[in-house]
Amino acid sequence: MNAMKQEAPERQEIEELLPWHAAGTLSRRDAQRVEEALTRDPELARRYALVRDELGETIHLNETLGAPSARALEKLFANIDAEPARRQASLNLGSRMSEFFASLTPRTLALASGAAALAILVQAGFIAGVMLNETKIGGYQTASAPTITDAGTFALIRFAPQASADEVTKFLESNKLSIASGPTAGGLYKVRIAVTGIPKAELARIVKKLQEDKVVGFIATTD
Amino acid sequence: MQTTSDEVLISRIAGGDRLAMQVLYARHHVRVYRFVLRLVRNEATAEDLISEVFLDIWRQAGKFEGRSAASTWMLSIARFKALSALRRRPEEELDEETAEQIEDHADDPETALAKKDKGSALRQCLAKLSADHREIIDLVYYHEKSVEEVAEIVGIPEATVKTRMFYARKKLSELLKEQGIDRGWP
Repeated sequence: MNAMKQEAPERQEIEELLPWHAAGTLSRRDAQRVEEALTRDPELARRYALVRDELGETIHLNETLGAPSARALEKLFANIDAEPARRQASLNLGSRMSEFFASLTPRTLALASGAAALAILVQAGFIAGVMLNETKIGGYQTASAPTITDAGTFALIRFAPQASADEVTKFLESNKLSIASGPTAGGLYKVRIAVTGIPKAELARIVKKLQEDKVVGFIATTD
Repeated sequence: MQTTSDEVLISRIAGGDRLAMQVLYARHHVRVYRFVLRLVRNEATAEDLISEVFLDIWRQAGKFEGRSAASTWMLSIARFKALSALRRRPEEELDEETAEQIEDHADDPETALAKKDKGSALRQCLAKLSADHREIIDLVYYHEKSVEEVAEIVGIPEATVKTRMFYARKKLSELLKEQGIDRGWP
């Protein structure tokens, strides 16, 4: 009896989902719940058959409703012509991005994602390597020539291969950056962003802004 | 083969691209028209409204943020236009429609024949549902809208979407019963 009482609300809940299950618009999780309920509850399965009848006849009914005549399209464009001229605006970055991604086939997209993931892994490994090397104690250090990397806020940068020396210089000057060390074997430079420490959020904002420059191939914060 | 997504078309329309407007119209006008026609029940009105709906899409394309599917956004505009038209419709026209619905219940030879065909009886009953019930049934079954999308188009909570659909189906069963078809539910 208690079990029945507990089951009733669940059946009601599942029953309410049947129309969406028939139309194929449920989330995978809900669809699975409904499928499981249908296999164990014959009465629910019978009701599901009714839902499928309704679905079929609703489609049939709508498909017999016809379509508007060409007059509707003519009227629409006559109205559009009467509208104030709209500036043919260039697409914003978001739209261009959606156009770009929409133009990729799923296969291309999958390959690109794979390549991107691999590139990130390689870079992450490389940065880790660089950082480990830097923290190594020992080796030869001149007492008279202390590095200028001691204080401040820094980032690791790899410049874009196509960036010219002039562009790199201008980029460093305009952003008030100075090269503290590098390049490493992987072409990474350690650049000083500020002479003092700056809050993490501010640093992230600066790094994001620098990343947008075409001169920058890769950039990440470092100690 | 690839097609340009609705979202991309709408962003082009926002920039004043008439060709993108034609493509979007070609893609969606029939479904939007049928949705409107089921609400207003008048072909001439529905045809006029379809031009208005797409003109609004042309005007508002720049405001479309892509948070919902383009078809959901378009149906929301269509619904608003249809309801506004219904509010403008003279009362005598509404009375005529009500009268037609009452007459529909009469057991004429055509209806009697329809009783023999469960499918056509079901379609007749679907046509007799109230505007709210017709709307939700069409959105779920014909326009393939999820619970969340229906809630967005109709402007009601998701829980209400589910219960409204349940009661629409229940009413359908009652209408079928009046025609002599007992589905054994609810």
